[in-house]
Amino acid sequence: MNALVVSPILLPLLGAVLALAWRNSPASQARIALWTSAGVIVIGISLLAALGGHGLAITQLGGWPVPAGIALVSDGLSAALVTIAGLMIFTAVAYRRLSLRESDPGHCFHPLLLALLGGVCGAFLTADLFNLFVWFEVILISSFALLAMEGRSQQIRASVSYVLLNLIASALFLIGLGLVYGKAGTLAMADVGLIYQQASAAGNGGSLDLAFALLLVAFAIKAGAFPLYAWLPASYHTPSHAVSAVFAGLLTKVGVYALIRLTTQVAPGADWIREVLVVIGMLTMLMGVLGAACQSEVRRILSYHIISQIGYLIAGIAIGGPTAIAAVVFYLIHHIVVKTNLFLVGGIIDRHRGATLSRAAGLASWTLLTIAFLVPALSLAGIPPLSGFAAKLGIIHAAAGAERYGIVAVALITGLLTLYSMIKIYIAAFWTPPERVVRHRFGLIRTSPMLGLAALTVVMGLAAGPVANWSQSVGTLIHNVDAYRRLAQVETQIAEPTPPHDALVRSQP
Amino acid sequence: MMAVLISLTAGALVAAAAYLLTGRRLLHLILGAALLTHGVNLAVFASGSIHPDGVPIAPAGATSMPTGIADPLPQALVLTAIVIGFGVLAFLLALSYRVQRSANSDDIDIIAKQGNHA
Amino acid sequence: MIRSPIISTTLSWLSPVLITVALFLLLRGHHEPGGGFAGGLIAGLVVILEGSTRGVARARQILRLPPRLWMALGLGAALASGLPGLLSGQAFMTAAWFSIGTLKLGTPLLFDLGVFALVTGVTASLALPLMEDEP
Repeated sequence: MNALVVSPILLPLLGAVLALAWRNSPASQARIALWTSAGVIVIGISLLAALGGHGLAITQLGGWPVPAGIALVSDGLSAALVTIAGLMIFTAVAYRRLSLRESDPGHCFHPLLLALLGGVCGAFLTADLFNLFVWFEVILISSFALLAMEGRSQQIRASVSYVLLNLIASALFLIGLGLVYGKAGTLAMADVGLIYQQASAAGNGGSLDLAFALLLVAFAIKAGAFPLYAWLPASYHTPSHAVSAVFAGLLTKVGVYALIRLTTQVAPGADWIREVLVVIGMLTMLMGVLGAACQSEVRRILSYHIISQIGYLIAGIAIGGPTAIAAVVFYLIHHIVVKTNLFLVGGIIDRHRGATLSRAAGLASWTLLTIAFLVPALSLAGIPPLSGFAAKLGIIHAAAGAERYGIVAVALITGLLTLYSMIKIYIAAFWTPPERVVRHRFGLIRTSPMLGLAALTVVMGLAAGPVANWSQSVGTLIHNVDAYRRLAQVETQIAEPTPPHDALVRSQP
Repeated sequence: MMAVLISLTAGALVAAAAYLLTGRRLLHLILGAALLTHGVNLAVFASGSIHPDGVPIAPAGATSMPTGIADPLPQALVLTAIVIGFGVLAFLLALSYRVQRSANSDDIDIIAKQGNHA
Repeated sequence: MIRSPIISTTLSWLSPVLITVALFLLLRGHHEPGGGFAGGLIAGLVVILEGSTRGVARARQILRLPPRLWMALGLGAALASGLPGLLSGQAFMTAAWFSIGTLKLGTPLLFDLGVFALVTGVTASLALPLMEDEP
């Protein structure tokens, strides 16, 4: 179990080393990337199978006990997200070779993609706030490099603004961490949560509240929430197609994941955070979907839809409680799969028809590609029986249960406008008769990466019952801060009989 | 006393960074980003208690942490943050150099205008 | 490239000294302030100094391996230093020690060596292309 928790981080980083060493052969680099990400999927599934909805697994790096050391903790949510992250990287690498048939992506492409995967898995697994910061930076540095890699001036410009905004977010995060440590004396998430509960019960949680406000802003920037999302539509349409699909699927979701942990474990019972998030969530939904309505470039439309979907997730987090968090967990997984899928198809449209919708036409003659677009598009809009329906229903149900009718109304309007955007792309890019005869052929193999993800949406929609049951138990578990705390203590007693602070003496061998 | 000095310095650095980050030249943005990371690092450093007299290393054979020394954890955190800040800044510098070369200007308004035409 | 006989001559003896300092810092980091990052930065500095005064080709010659390979070796060594703990059934990154006489060596040293190589490689791979770019 010990090795299983750390290997989703270790494996991609080792893969990155191997891929760097084989830098002269793009084919073997791609093979290394495929095998590594497949390995992460397998590890993720076995973690998921071992943990189910209720289980927890921990490993304390270097044998140093919490709170002096750093623990990696996997619950059902972490395991599921690790699996999905592996799947997205696997699909992106396969897509680049099978669907786009691009030959040489530059010898840093695959190592960076694997480093990104390692960073994302690290962020999903860590139970320590500072370690979360480190993984954020690993993700950030590899994504900067992926963004600027092809060296077109538009890309480099986009990445300068992306770097600067994220640097400010990191600075806020770090100041917040300093304040948390100064006040709580620990950075282990569950321990901070317990200390916060005690402090606010005694009426002096104020200084920790200040620190949490800084963390909130930092996570909101990373997640692309209103009003701090401007960097997202400015940069996501510039990198190569496989890269922007991975960004669309994974990057902002790490921010959302951090918000889940913040509201449930680091700051349990901080109602003011949730009150703020209700407003942010609704505005993010609306602004995203309205922004999409006035765009005419496929990848830009899809970028704005990321923002509106983030709004749903934030609204769900804002409602709070096991049912709402369960809905958020379901939505998160659904969203990563569907969004990546749409960006992959968007990449094909962009490649063969040009970026703007007015030039794209006649794709409907490629039947398989049409299916690969329509399934995730309808799923995104929330049409049954696809996964988006169950996901949206979960959020709206939780909102109605908590009597947050504002969220219900905004969510319904946003769903409708999402459908409008998807139909806009469909009519322009697929239905409109082409000006010239289509020469390329899109057979089963070329569309298989996209069809695979589309199949996953359908399966998730049809199996919504069992998945919802699982996410319900995950949602309940996440709120049980004490379980996470006890986990570290029990493990500490087995591995290390000395009390935590004495262990520091061991640093002198 | 020491803590007050460090806090004031951190505040001054962040204030200077905020001013530079609102500027129009790329070089100012980079300098602003550099000052910001340094200011923030100092702020985190101050979060461990500051004792200028003793190093935070326990003597050999000790069975518990000696008192009156600084907390070593924030120092380890700052060290990590410095490494990360170095990487990000070096990358930002390389990127800005490319932008400046391709746009022939380091005024972000001019760079943005050229971006719209391209 | 700065063509200055003074700097060039100074560097011909300064570079070996700087590299020695870098290695000294690396080893000193075992027990006292110093370590792989500080050492790697100084080694990277040597690469930048040589590249900007005696040419990028000279800097690459000093590095011997391409910067990306330095990065791969460094990251690989740092990760490998965590494996003995993992393979012996303990947590990842648990330190393993062995001694030769009174000298105690262990996986933390391997980790530091990895950081040293990684930092040198990153510095070189960011700086050298920029210098080559210069007219």
